[in-house]
Amino acid sequence: MVWKTTEYSGWGRVRTATAELARPERASTLKSTLADTTCPAIGSCRSYGDAPLNDGGRAIDMTRMNRILDFDAETGVVSVEAGVTITTLAKVFAPQGWLPAVMPGTGFATVGGCIAQDVHGKNHHKEGSFGQHVLSVTLLNGEKRTVATPDRNAGLFRATMGGIGQTGVIADAKLQLKPCPGDVMMVTEQRAEDWDAHLALLDASQASYCVGWIDATATGASLGRGIVEEAELAAGLLPKAKPSKKIPMDAPGFALSGPIVRSFNNAYYKRVPTSGRSSVKRIDEFFFPLDKIHDWNRLYGKRGFYQFQNVVPLDQADALKKMLSEIAGAGLASPLAVLKRMGPGRAGHMSFPMEGYTLAVDFPARDAAPELIGMLEDMTVDAGGRLYLAKDALATGPAIKAMYPEHGDWVKAVNKADPDHALETDMVRRLDLRTAGDAS
Amino acid sequence: MTQQCWIILGATSSMARAFANAVADQGASVILAGRDMDDLKRSATDLSVRGVEAIAMKFDARDSATFGPIIARAEQMEGVINAAVFVGSMPPQDAIDADPRLIDGVIKDSHTGPATFLTQLAPVIEARGAGTVVGVGSVAGDRGRIGNYVYGSAKAGFATYLSGLRNRLTRSGGHVVTVKPGFVDTAMTWSIEGMFLVASPEAVAKDILKAVEKQKNVIYTPFFWRYIMLIIRHIPEFIFKKMSI
Repeated sequence: MVWKTTEYSGWGRVRTATAELARPERASTLKSTLADTTCPAIGSCRSYGDAPLNDGGRAIDMTRMNRILDFDAETGVVSVEAGVTITTLAKVFAPQGWLPAVMPGTGFATVGGCIAQDVHGKNHHKEGSFGQHVLSVTLLNGEKRTVATPDRNAGLFRATMGGIGQTGVIADAKLQLKPCPGDVMMVTEQRAEDWDAHLALLDASQASYCVGWIDATATGASLGRGIVEEAELAAGLLPKAKPSKKIPMDAPGFALSGPIVRSFNNAYYKRVPTSGRSSVKRIDEFFFPLDKIHDWNRLYGKRGFYQFQNVVPLDQADALKKMLSEIAGAGLASPLAVLKRMGPGRAGHMSFPMEGYTLAVDFPARDAAPELIGMLEDMTVDAGGRLYLAKDALATGPAIKAMYPEHGDWVKAVNKADPDHALETDMVRRLDLRTAGDAS
Repeated sequence: MTQQCWIILGATSSMARAFANAVADQGASVILAGRDMDDLKRSATDLSVRGVEAIAMKFDARDSATFGPIIARAEQMEGVINAAVFVGSMPPQDAIDADPRLIDGVIKDSHTGPATFLTQLAPVIEARGAGTVVGVGSVAGDRGRIGNYVYGSAKAGFATYLSGLRNRLTRSGGHVVTVKPGFVDTAMTWSIEGMFLVASPEAVAKDILKAVEKQKNVIYTPFFWRYIMLIIRHIPEFIFKKMSI
């Protein structure tokens, strides 16, 4: 009754797996399931590549373990089952004056997933990563239950933040929410006409939330143009929610072909007047603009897509510009591309963030995409940058290990927490992540 | 609007949880009743944090001593008392064939237990002159099939009970909605092969709430199951007995 053979994929739909899934709805079922088989947990599968996949094995779908277990309205400390989504937290707590301190680009992500990828949001430069606001996690390994906090089992805690589920099934977590004055956003949008202007706006921004949309198809003098969006939480009249839409089927291949994307991007860029504009948006509309369109990944057709996301140190902006130039020249990019300045905040050995600039671009999975992404990966290594495991589907193990200086510490911690390697996933096997790299 | 209180029997199931969330969203207080107290307390806390009064209480369809305290607690609540019954058990038919004594339990869980509870509750609804009972049956109760006819017969009996209770309560301002869900994506159906047109618990909860608001008598959810079952009920018995659907 417990296990069901299921084919599933990451959000990019390029990689798929067939595994036996269990989906417990109660703590007692979760416990008995894990006593039966120790295996990795999955949430909403919003990681793009193979992080949630365990082909030929088993996994525990945590999406029905989604209740709020405790809340202190004075301190804003909340305990939740790991399957609670960010949208739920925002919906329940914003009217009470609290918000998750870090919100990723999709509200469908679960708290367990946000911890496993130590995600960041549009306020990373101010608030750091998700894991920096986690006060404790409860991990299950078979019948063993361990609570880890930044002080107690600190090494295990650090290995868990951004640890792609390798330290145990995250059963529940305690989070510090952030006070918020209301549930609307005051948003300012400005055009950035080229790369230098774009970086200058990002560098100068004092806003709590700041992100740049980048036209990854613009070349020449317009290379790097985009729209910088800055926002502050505020109290105000809530604009009405627009009904969500659903993509009913896979789009044909030409839907995101070069000419269409170029003209879309041009119109999208010009919709913001040269003098900029300000508006009031709903919290969900600002943080999760794509969540309104359910299954938007189907726009990329049945072959799916890759998302490339890297971060490079501040002094490597020129290297990033070269990468963007390669991307723009290749004509493969989709309209979804983001440029952001990150702060140094990170919570775990394998956390993605570093102080610098991060670039994220979607590529439909055409034949030329893996080669382009491979080149971008090499350029990222040369720039002393890093790739994001939440997005990756193509990198090689040695490259990843070289990007994460604390990888060796992480390997020790996870191999101690899971000595039987029962929690390995397709991503971990592809990158051979549970083995330390060359001691160089 | 009058304050509503919902007693939810079998509140640990995902369908019941979705329904509890839906009524809580409208500001109703809830009594979550079932056997797994640890789980019920989690759900009650979850709803309390969302700003409604929610308590967890023990309910075991096979132990009628658990019924009285729930009704007594509900009587302390303000406003209209409603009840939604999500209890039932469905052991595999071959387990029943191997041990026919299991039948007693299925009938208790799915029919006589909740019927006893509702009969105890009926005078409260009559005294307050309002209140809705939602009884969740099953399309399995519409016709006995080889795969689960013991469960089906219990649900059929319960559906007939609900029809009679509706007949009784309507005289005093109460109402009964009989709900017949098709395939719903729950723990009960998780690993069953050959499921199609599966509905989410949230979609079913929404349908039920709408039926309560419109005071419907019998609903199928999703709606098209009415037509599927219409066809299945009309297959002549001499053909039906040879089929395995």
